[in-house]
Amino acid sequence: MTELALLPAVWLMTGALLSAVLTGRAREGVILLAPLLALWAVWQLPDGNLWSISYLGMTLEPLYADSLRRLFATVFCLMAFTGALFALRQSAGRELSAALAYAGGALGVCFAGDLFTLFLFWEVMAVFSTLVIWCGGGDGARQAGFRYAVLHFLGGVVLMAGIIWLGVESGSLSIRVLELTHPAAWLVLIGVLVNAAAPPFSAWVADAYPEASAGGSVFLSAFTTKTAVLVLMLLFPGTKLLIGVGLFMVFYGIVYALLENDMRRILAYSIVNQVGFMVCAVGIGTGMALNGAAAHAFAHIIYKALLLMSAGTVLWRTGRRKCTDLGGLYRSMPFTTACGIIGALAISAFPFTSGFVSKSLTSQAAADLSMTWVWLALTAASAGVFLHAGIKFPWFVFFQRDSGLRPADPPWNMRLAMGLFALLCIVLGCFPSLLYGLLPYPVDYRPYTASHLVSQFQLLLFSGLAFFALLPAMRRTLTITLDFDWLYRVPLQRVVLGVGQLLEISRAAIGQGMVSLIDRLPSPERLAPVTAPAGGMLLVLLMVLIAGMLLA
Amino acid sequence: MKRWFERLEGERLPRRFWLILWAALGLSLAAQLLVHLHGYFGFDEWFGFNAVWGFLTCVVMVLGAKLLGVALKRPEDYYDHD
Repeated sequence: MTELALLPAVWLMTGALLSAVLTGRAREGVILLAPLLALWAVWQLPDGNLWSISYLGMTLEPLYADSLRRLFATVFCLMAFTGALFALRQSAGRELSAALAYAGGALGVCFAGDLFTLFLFWEVMAVFSTLVIWCGGGDGARQAGFRYAVLHFLGGVVLMAGIIWLGVESGSLSIRVLELTHPAAWLVLIGVLVNAAAPPFSAWVADAYPEASAGGSVFLSAFTTKTAVLVLMLLFPGTKLLIGVGLFMVFYGIVYALLENDMRRILAYSIVNQVGFMVCAVGIGTGMALNGAAAHAFAHIIYKALLLMSAGTVLWRTGRRKCTDLGGLYRSMPFTTACGIIGALAISAFPFTSGFVSKSLTSQAAADLSMTWVWLALTAASAGVFLHAGIKFPWFVFFQRDSGLRPADPPWNMRLAMGLFALLCIVLGCFPSLLYGLLPYPVDYRPYTASHLVSQFQLLLFSGLAFFALLPAMRRTLTITLDFDWLYRVPLQRVVLGVGQLLEISRAAIGQGMVSLIDRLPSPERLAPVTAPAGGMLLVLLMVLIAGMLLA
Repeated sequence: MKRWFERLEGERLPRRFWLILWAALGLSLAAQLLVHLHGYFGFDEWFGFNAVWGFLTCVVMVLGAKLLGVALKRPEDYYDHD
């Protein structure tokens, strides 16, 4: 059992548990220390399988380490620490305990050596991420959290079905590359893609994440979709279908973000957009592409958290989330504005930021394989990212017009968290070898060539021109945009309500029939003793059940 | 700096903003005269390819989004029917 202490997830889970019962300084200490201890634990693990358990005739390997898993685990720990620092004093109730347990689930998935362990931690993430959403408070969070939970548990069922089928057919639950020739592999793929926010299940990101609290959405942005990317890299590298899926997500994210008015929804759509780049890279599947997916996941978690922290600060200070209510905030919150801009530049792959050195790996991989259309689409999408996240978010929130709001910059812990990630965005961009050194495959790529710099500047500056030239067409409206979730939020709901009404009517009718039947019986007293034997019967049944369970 | 940002808040963007933007665009194009762009497909070495491709696809994305918006935009309280 000493291996249990090696499990990085255990450190976060223990932190989650302790922080739920402690208060004051002790609670804050635990919350900040747990992710750091987990990070330390991550870097103590040598490569390979470190723990085997026999359980119900299966061999479980809950602790399998290699460079790819270590990279994801590292950024998850950094994220958990910075997110906890950001929300340290501002989060309500036990929100941070749920968030730490959620991050623990993600770490568990990172080091899962078999599909059963993977599924177990997958569900831990689903449960605790739902709790984080509910901590947002209010009807919106309650309903969106419920929709989120239903979708993710359904996805979990599909994943579990695929895993069981695979286990029964092949007799092995080991994590290996799956071919889409077997229906079980399809089930696993669908289960994973639900969490990756692939079509037609992209809507949950923009539906649920913006309903969480300012700190909660920072946590949510990091773990669920990125563990899905990791699992895709482990199970489905080079599955060509994913190229198309990824490209769809990329453009879906841009178009929906362009139509959106809620600042945190803009950022949520851009999560789908960015995960699209990673899914596409997994589909390309070469060493360069997989390096690209991993590097992009690492960089993305940091700059997306930074963007959501700046948006979260605005929300926390002003209580407003719509672009139409915001603007001109640079006056009173220069620090938050600067951090938002750094995050926006990083997500746009601006030179000397982390996005520039990570996104170009995927484009390079497409070019290496002469995938002309994929390369063209990825390049267009890079321009589109600058449009919807790089300029639109900071422009409408911090500049554009004077909303009259004068919120101040946040307290030290929130500033420190933002400053830390802003610094990381720039450091990784200026010293790419720091990031490239963590990648699973050897990197033979130089991002800073004169040619790459000039072409990137041309691309970004001219997409900036498009933004400002089309500014009248970008005017925000007080609207939402329908998505696939309409199907289960309107027609399906009506069907369910309709069936419910039908049942209600028939129940009433049957009830009435019963009443008239009972009326015709000789005397109601004869029915009374029925309760005693019914109680006895229940007791017998219960004992049989318990005996059955004990014997089994 | 603050005064400069305030001028961005008018009905129309100030002339100086456009001048700076055009200058930056011109510079990025002029840089291609000095640096040979190393392409992969041939067409990506054409003069100003990235500029034109970036601009055109952004225009298409914005107009495409507007078009989709006509069909899919709804009032904010659309789902609050109960």
